[in-house]
Amino acid sequence: MTAAQSDIIASVARRQSEIDAPSSQIAHFDVSAPLHLACQQDLAPFSVAYQTYGTLNAAKSNAILICHALTADQYVATQHPITGKPGWWDIMVGPGKPIDTERFFVICSNVLGGCMGSTGPASINPKTGAPYGIDFPVITIGDMVEAQARLIDYLGIDQLFAVVGGSMGGMQVVEWASRFKDRVFAAVPIATTAWHSSQNIAFHEVGRQAVMADPNWQSGNYYATDKVPRNGLAVARMAAHITYLSEEALHRKFGRSLQDRSEKTFSFNADFQVESYLRHQGSSFVDRFDANSYLYITRAMDYFDLREGRGSVLADAFRGTQTRFCVVSFTSDWLYPTRESRRIVQALNAVAANVSFVEIESDKGHDAFLLDEPTFHATVRGFLNAAALKHGLGTAGNGA
Amino acid sequence: MNAPDRSLAKAKSPRVDHVLIAEMVEAGARVLDVGCGDGELLQLLAERRGVDGRGVELQRDKVNQAVARGLSVIQGDADRDLDNYPDQAFDYAILSLTIQATRQPKTVLENLLRIGRRAIVSFPNFGHWRVRTGLLIGGRMPVTDNLPDLWYLTPNAHLCTIRDFADLCERVDATVERAVAFNDHDRRLPIKWSLSMQNLFGEKAVFLLHGPKRSKT
Repeated sequence: MTAAQSDIIASVARRQSEIDAPSSQIAHFDVSAPLHLACQQDLAPFSVAYQTYGTLNAAKSNAILICHALTADQYVATQHPITGKPGWWDIMVGPGKPIDTERFFVICSNVLGGCMGSTGPASINPKTGAPYGIDFPVITIGDMVEAQARLIDYLGIDQLFAVVGGSMGGMQVVEWASRFKDRVFAAVPIATTAWHSSQNIAFHEVGRQAVMADPNWQSGNYYATDKVPRNGLAVARMAAHITYLSEEALHRKFGRSLQDRSEKTFSFNADFQVESYLRHQGSSFVDRFDANSYLYITRAMDYFDLREGRGSVLADAFRGTQTRFCVVSFTSDWLYPTRESRRIVQALNAVAANVSFVEIESDKGHDAFLLDEPTFHATVRGFLNAAALKHGLGTAGNGA
Repeated sequence: MNAPDRSLAKAKSPRVDHVLIAEMVEAGARVLDVGCGDGELLQLLAERRGVDGRGVELQRDKVNQAVARGLSVIQGDADRDLDNYPDQAFDYAILSLTIQATRQPKTVLENLLRIGRRAIVSFPNFGHWRVRTGLLIGGRMPVTDNLPDLWYLTPNAHLCTIRDFADLCERVDATVERAVAFNDHDRRLPIKWSLSMQNLFGEKAVFLLHGPKRSKT
């Protein structure tokens, strides 16, 4: 066995241990309380792995649920158990940060279908004793939110002070606000959309086809073999990663610069820095993510359409809402552009909801919501402070 | 450290037209402020009248400032984004020194009267004697304290006089409940002055209106 092969086996083992026994807390829901899925199947038992930060107050009124994006997880402000990197939203969540863990009780759970401890395609199917693979039911954003609601019940919380999330996390935020109107006091959907566009679906389909074209995918039954569809998943990640950036951001970062060489090599090596960067993004991603999870979660996003079952009227999803909304978009985000956020805002206006909407000027593309954007952070901080005041949580620095 | 001083100074002496609007608005009302800037008026209305306020503002940096200070403001355009609001969703729809910068003032005013049970509109008066003499004597587009921008820099596309605005109100079947003009020393002109006198000495004006569908209270 080569060193590379044994590295891969070690990486698979590391990932599998986070699936079977995550480093975070976990809530188990047994067969007596199945999750009724949109596809009409019941899922039981199931688990939700989660992290919490800060302290829940006596009135249980200071809880903020953070919903993560496609490839993130519950480690929002904690070092990642596999990569060792800081939490994916360390810049936003923590003591004194815009989502202040000295004031708020912050919950972040791994989505249903994920691969960091919540039930997903890599989890054991109790009927067979082997991983589900593609026998795992196709799930939706609504199903993810239902699973989160079970966790919130389990934590004894009736109403969340706020639900916050970007990208797919933002889809969960608007789903929460629509599905559980009296359980969400404030909602912050960021860089998101109320339905996946044809272009969004198209990009995801490229990613899925890359995974499924990898012979190591083996119709999703790769868990028991010594092969993993690394190449396919890496290509999927590379393609997706481009959609998270902007042309300006790529140009600023790489231009046409060559990687560790002064001349073109007249080969298909990674001559350009941007190639090398994408290859790195692809290969580091497969060390921490399950290929089948990628298929299931992208599918859930593609199926997302908050208008569904409402005669195609988005406003009906929010009718009667008392939730205070703060919708945020970024100028250079072409994956979920400002017009998608504006549609949500218009629907909220149509039902006379309490809504703020800011478009943040940034050239960093969709990923701007994860990066150092002071204006964005000031907006979130200001909105949450004002909402906290309305919610009887006192002013900042006053404690909860 | 400079910015807070300025905002403090502002907080001490609110604009006279804002003070008047705060007098016009009933306590606890639902208010939409179109062209709300950084939310100065909304803040005043919240403090003095306890209103449930929302704002619309075109300029991104002003929206950010307003939201960061805890106001419910959306980035939007009076010409484009008012159509989405349902009829009579607010007790007052306010357009403060903004109508002259819209592309379709008549449509905006009609929307305002539809969205609000009452509408409050303030605007710089182009009939003020300084403006008239500026054009008559100087032969140039007037630049005054109230209209500080040169013609090629001004966002004001549809300036009007008090008389013009009164005509527009009539045209859209709006009933004027109250109209107050301020002179260039920020003093209210006597209410019994004729429209011609208000139009000559008023530097800006505030109109309280209601639309045609609403029965008179």
